[in-house]
Amino acid sequence: MSATVRVVLPAHLRTLAHVTGEVTLDLTGAVTQRAVLDALEDRYPALCGTIRDHVTQQRRPFVRFFACEQDLSHDSPDTPLPDAVASGQEPFLVVGAIAGGTGFSL
Amino acid sequence: MSRVRVLVGTRKGAFVLTSDGKREKWDVAGPLFAGWEIYHLKGSPADPNRLYASQTSGWFGQIIQRSSDAGKTWETPGGEAMPAPGAPPAGKSNKFVYDSSPETGKPLTTHQWYDGTQHPWEFKRVWHLEPSLTDPDTVYAGVEDAALFRSTDGAQNWHELAGLRGHGTGPKWQPGAGGMGLHTILLDPTDPQRMYIAISAAGAFRSDDGGETWKPINRGLVSEFIPDKTAEVGHCVHRIALHPSRPKTLYMQKHWDVMRTDDSGENWREISGNLPTDFGFVIDVHAHEPETIYVVPIKSDSQHFPLDGQLRVYRSKTGGNDWEPLTKGLPQRDCYVNVLRDAMAVDSLDSCGVYFGTTGGQVYASADAGDTWAPVVRDLPAVLSVEVQTLA
Repeated sequence: MSATVRVVLPAHLRTLAHVTGEVTLDLTGAVTQRAVLDALEDRYPALCGTIRDHVTQQRRPFVRFFACEQDLSHDSPDTPLPDAVASGQEPFLVVGAIAGGTGFSL
Repeated sequence: MSRVRVLVGTRKGAFVLTSDGKREKWDVAGPLFAGWEIYHLKGSPADPNRLYASQTSGWFGQIIQRSSDAGKTWETPGGEAMPAPGAPPAGKSNKFVYDSSPETGKPLTTHQWYDGTQHPWEFKRVWHLEPSLTDPDTVYAGVEDAALFRSTDGAQNWHELAGLRGHGTGPKWQPGAGGMGLHTILLDPTDPQRMYIAISAAGAFRSDDGGETWKPINRGLVSEFIPDKTAEVGHCVHRIALHPSRPKTLYMQKHWDVMRTDDSGENWREISGNLPTDFGFVIDVHAHEPETIYVVPIKSDSQHFPLDGQLRVYRSKTGGNDWEPLTKGLPQRDCYVNVLRDAMAVDSLDSCGVYFGTTGGQVYASADAGDTWAPVVRDLPAVLSVEVQTLA
């Protein structure tokens, strides 16, 4: 089974990956968060560590995953994404939360 | 004719300021990495075209940027978009993983937390990048939570020098108000095996074997805000500086107190002398006069701005104790900025240039060793770091 998934990145990560607009990824197998992120990092190594931790693979605290008007951030990374994402009808959105940033105290 | 390139890290990007040897007219380039915190960027002494930058974000974490053409273009080492099929595995230039392998002897997993309990070490960001004096591809990174990493492949892969955390006092280290960061890395130009680092709030440490093993060097420091004022570790060191011609003499701006050692840190003595306040963050040494040092006194640890709204650099030409205020060209009223620990640098032109940046976004330069000052730029984002390259 293969799928073409659309991914929308936040502006800072588009800059880092040297892309404009949406990214399309060809996946084989089940379309899950993990599969999408694996393919994304494989194609754009500069994004490694920016969305999920290098070692634990946990989503960074102020990054969110949305699709089909749902917040999928707290779903298991191995849960299949909605059919509309797997079919390319709807994009998978990586979003910087409207919160966070760091304190400022050097 | 010689030129200078001033590398400025700010809360919202990096800026590169360039001038000729007169240092009167400046070109300002930037922002680079717009919108990101640039804690530090610095050039390689072995190749001035090689620059490294620490780019961080509360959302997306740590990025390391590298330039091989003096900042015209930048790359994340090993992180090129769409690598060619069959390309070798990409480096992990932003992968800072603490070493807990049995081979290093003492896997260290916790340090002291604010409440006195033990807390796991957690990587947050790179505070300081220190390129090797001799090899453009070797660079050290001081990180929060405090540890020292080294790359020997141009920042493509990083490995912790675990002997620092593992030497024994690590469980006693605890974060200061700004976090537990390793912020100062000094390489001895006369002895490639010797290096110094400083951590808030643990203190200063020295290695005599290229970073493999470490010892605390805090004898003589007195800190009122720790249970044992003269403890082996726990002191909030803000910055250390040395002159290349006298690497056994170190100058320190501590949380409170300006200090000096002449025996590579074995013994420190206070040199605050007539400073109006000895709290501050920066300290640096004149490029040609090893006994001429600079600090920017800050009112207190609870009021991070200059005394009386007057921004004054203090200079001692006697290695401390006797200080003179330098005010010409600096605001002498209504000034309430801070100067952070990595935000002062000197060039090595015949008439030594001194530079510092403020949290108000000004970068000030003096082309006459501090006698007179002028702003290079006034309205940058808050300045986190200032470094200078003197170019032939």
